[in-house]
Amino acid sequence: MTETLTPKVVEPTLFELSSPGRIGVTMPEPDVPKADLPPAHLLRSDLPLPELAEVDVVRHYLRLSQFNYSVDGGFYPLGSCTMKYNPKINEDTCRLPGFLYTHPLQPIETVQGNLELMYLLQEWLKEISGFAAVSLQPAAGAHGELTGVLIMRAYHKSRGDHKRIKMLIPDSAHGTNPASSGMIGLQVVQIPSDARGNVDLNALKAACDDAVVGLMLTNPNTLGLFDENIEEVIRVVHECGGLVYGDGANLNALLGIVRPGDLGFDVMHFNLHKTFSVPHGGGGPGSGPIGVAAHLADFLPEPIVGILEEDDEETPPLFGFIRPAKSIGRIKAFYGHFGGGMVRAFTYIAMHGAEGLKQVAQHAVLNANYLLARLRGSYRVPYDRICMHEFVVEGRFEGSDLRALDISKRLMDYNFHPPTNYFPLIVPEALMIEPTETENKATLDAFADAMIQIAEEARTNPDLLRAAPHNTLFGRMDEVRAARELVLCCWLPEDYSKPLTDEQPASLGER
Amino acid sequence: MTYIPISPNEREAMLKTIGVQTLDDLFQDVPEKYRFPKLDLPPALTEMEAAQYLQELASLNETVHGDLISFLGAGMYNHYIPAVVDHILRRGEFYTAYTPYQPEISQGTLQAIFEYQSLMCALTGMEVSNASHYDGATAAAEAINMAYAVFRGKRKKVVISPTVHPQYRAVIRTYTQGMELELAGDDARADLEAAPEFLTNHIDANTLLAIVQYPDFFGRIYDYTKLIEEAHGKGALVCVVANPIALAILKTPGEMGADIVVGEGQPLGIPMWFGGPSLGFFTTRKTYVHKMAGRLVGETVDNRGQRAYVLTLTAREQHIKRERATSNICTNQGLMALASAVYLSVMGRAGLRQVAELCYHKAHYAAEILSQIPGYGLCFSDPFFHEFSLCCPKPVAEINAHLLEHGILGGYDLSQDYPSLPNHMLIAVTEMNTKEEIDLLAEILAEVNHD
Repeated sequence: MTETLTPKVVEPTLFELSSPGRIGVTMPEPDVPKADLPPAHLLRSDLPLPELAEVDVVRHYLRLSQFNYSVDGGFYPLGSCTMKYNPKINEDTCRLPGFLYTHPLQPIETVQGNLELMYLLQEWLKEISGFAAVSLQPAAGAHGELTGVLIMRAYHKSRGDHKRIKMLIPDSAHGTNPASSGMIGLQVVQIPSDARGNVDLNALKAACDDAVVGLMLTNPNTLGLFDENIEEVIRVVHECGGLVYGDGANLNALLGIVRPGDLGFDVMHFNLHKTFSVPHGGGGPGSGPIGVAAHLADFLPEPIVGILEEDDEETPPLFGFIRPAKSIGRIKAFYGHFGGGMVRAFTYIAMHGAEGLKQVAQHAVLNANYLLARLRGSYRVPYDRICMHEFVVEGRFEGSDLRALDISKRLMDYNFHPPTNYFPLIVPEALMIEPTETENKATLDAFADAMIQIAEEARTNPDLLRAAPHNTLFGRMDEVRAARELVLCCWLPEDYSKPLTDEQPASLGER
Repeated sequence: MTYIPISPNEREAMLKTIGVQTLDDLFQDVPEKYRFPKLDLPPALTEMEAAQYLQELASLNETVHGDLISFLGAGMYNHYIPAVVDHILRRGEFYTAYTPYQPEISQGTLQAIFEYQSLMCALTGMEVSNASHYDGATAAAEAINMAYAVFRGKRKKVVISPTVHPQYRAVIRTYTQGMELELAGDDARADLEAAPEFLTNHIDANTLLAIVQYPDFFGRIYDYTKLIEEAHGKGALVCVVANPIALAILKTPGEMGADIVVGEGQPLGIPMWFGGPSLGFFTTRKTYVHKMAGRLVGETVDNRGQRAYVLTLTAREQHIKRERATSNICTNQGLMALASAVYLSVMGRAGLRQVAELCYHKAHYAAEILSQIPGYGLCFSDPFFHEFSLCCPKPVAEINAHLLEHGILGGYDLSQDYPSLPNHMLIAVTEMNTKEEIDLLAEILAEVNHD
């Protein structure tokens, strides 16, 4: 192992910090007579959890938190992830005791606040997207996709149309699109993009036949481009009897600009954790409600929220659960990500209103085009036209072996989170940049300056990029070692007393 | 109000740099007839108004902290959450970060997930854990996907115990549409009093997976060792859906020989939140790690020789493998996994045992006194953990309506899912229920019978 001057910043694991007999929380003594525990053959002999005091736990996690980059800490232009600022009021509203401490199986009369919120959110998402019905149940974008493709197939089958087995998916699509289709046994047919970054219409027409379930389309696509032939694309798919699925990952560009339902999309998922400011939580939870056109409303997963009894002069309406007539079934236990997803998104939409949402999309697109204009001279732009909320440049330079990865790592030295890299797959060394609307001009300028400076460094001092990052607490990782050695757990309890060494600890799994 | 920090002057300068006149000029690719729809949404609120509005909505609910005494469980449980858990979750460095795709600047999330994986392995007695699924139900459905992949699609039957949570069984049926699987074991005529070994009759050489719940949906504790042995004899895998608090005292599914252990992690420091977001945990044997869905964190070193963590075996996942991926899962329950890890670390070996034992003692006290009320009795004689089935003299819906008038949220009405159990109430008791509450429940239940 090479010695460097950098002091080690390694934080011990919870298991290494543990000391036998230390107590974090003491629970009250039982106020009832103790019962006999089950017979010994049903009991475990030991519980190998760490033993820590509360202060140990707080300091451990505080130190870990300081190893993270975050939206609260800086600019996070991660393409297709919509890393916008997460308003603090959402954190308070979603933790109101009235929401936190309600059980999902309580009688509906005792949870009318939750149900009213869900009902209104369904209505608002319908209005924003132009769809006829919405289910809030899916837990994340990919979960919404799975729901959507199940609905599409169920629709065809309900019409006695059993031969449809193909899902058309553009080559620029998110990996979840083909994965969702593959998961339910559909065949994926890839559709190429044309020279302007649109769906290749000729290829689409050639693929359309009576075996097509539908097309899964991200619009604006992952190049950040609004398909210039969107109406024709949708018409072609509909003409062969197929349905059009909209991947709502990029909906931030469309709020108050155009409604996917108006364009003819049949089904779409929303990412409340992108478009509607639900924080990403270091990987979740998300929330992926799904909207459908009228002919698909009966197939939505159960349950959705409806009005069971209309209001009158004396009493408010009674909200409750409804099972759509031909529902594909339940996609999740209970109703979806109520607290973490729906309440935050509801707060966000309530505070924005129609005009505010339009401003969100306008400024997301403004910021992206501004950055594009500033970077055009320093990076190759493979599909160069007015973009929507994001754009893609090539992270490579003429006569250099430097890669998008090197640029990404060097950006960390300038205290920026790198863009999404190596996606979409159709752009070599792709750097996909989505600034969002919650960044000011000074931040965008600082980022553009850094990108331009890095392009200059690539010419004058390429090793600076190759060895980057330099200013971060951690350097580049040995990913091969991680995959080869597969250490996926901390030490076993009997190893607690072992001193921390540079030797690789054995994993649980190798025993 | 919005959160857009761009002044009008800056906007003008930016438009000029772009080379357009107005914001609207940026949207020429959008078909004109659909461009700029007028959205019919309520007028925008200020933060102060929004806070008040949300408070009004929240106050329309009756909570189990103050308004109602709850004996409702059935998959989501009212446990105490130490204050420290939410204080950690509220750190912006955790909750406003993305999936840790850039490990150099995401070590906090990565180490936290690595530790979460370790904690779940310790709890379940298994060898590897992924970084989480959406909830217990979807984790159970993903167990089928994994087992299906293990047998490369050659086995086509899944055996499910009728005492797996009804909603989990429903989700499994939704997920497996189109996989051409036979689902057996949980038909309506199944004998709900039979020992779990009755499932063996359904397990054959075409069976890829058997799924049981521990404790089962009725709260009963069974040792599945024999069933698992017999399933393995037929070459099938076994998935145990486990309650993580119960695992603090009960023999682990790992020790019984389970191949997959999944479950709902909500009891570990996550509020009930009207059903979500919660946490699906998923653990298995190391042999199957390449077939397991979801993200996985592994230990490594950085180029400075420091121990560090990365997402590993990503070639299994959708963004690389696309339609050949085991699952489409991408976003998972990161922050909820963090909540459970903080909860387990602060509870620790002693605290979690205390919680489990409190639940156990209080539930057994409740069972003892409720079963002595004339007209009531325990439906089953098997050992149970913190939930039990109470046989009542009247339909549960009727009894619960009466309890609610006294501010008590009664147990789950099992007749909703099991027509053969018309007067059966599933009662959950946790450390949050006091003796006084249990005694009050007994008092009101006694009244009901006299009405």
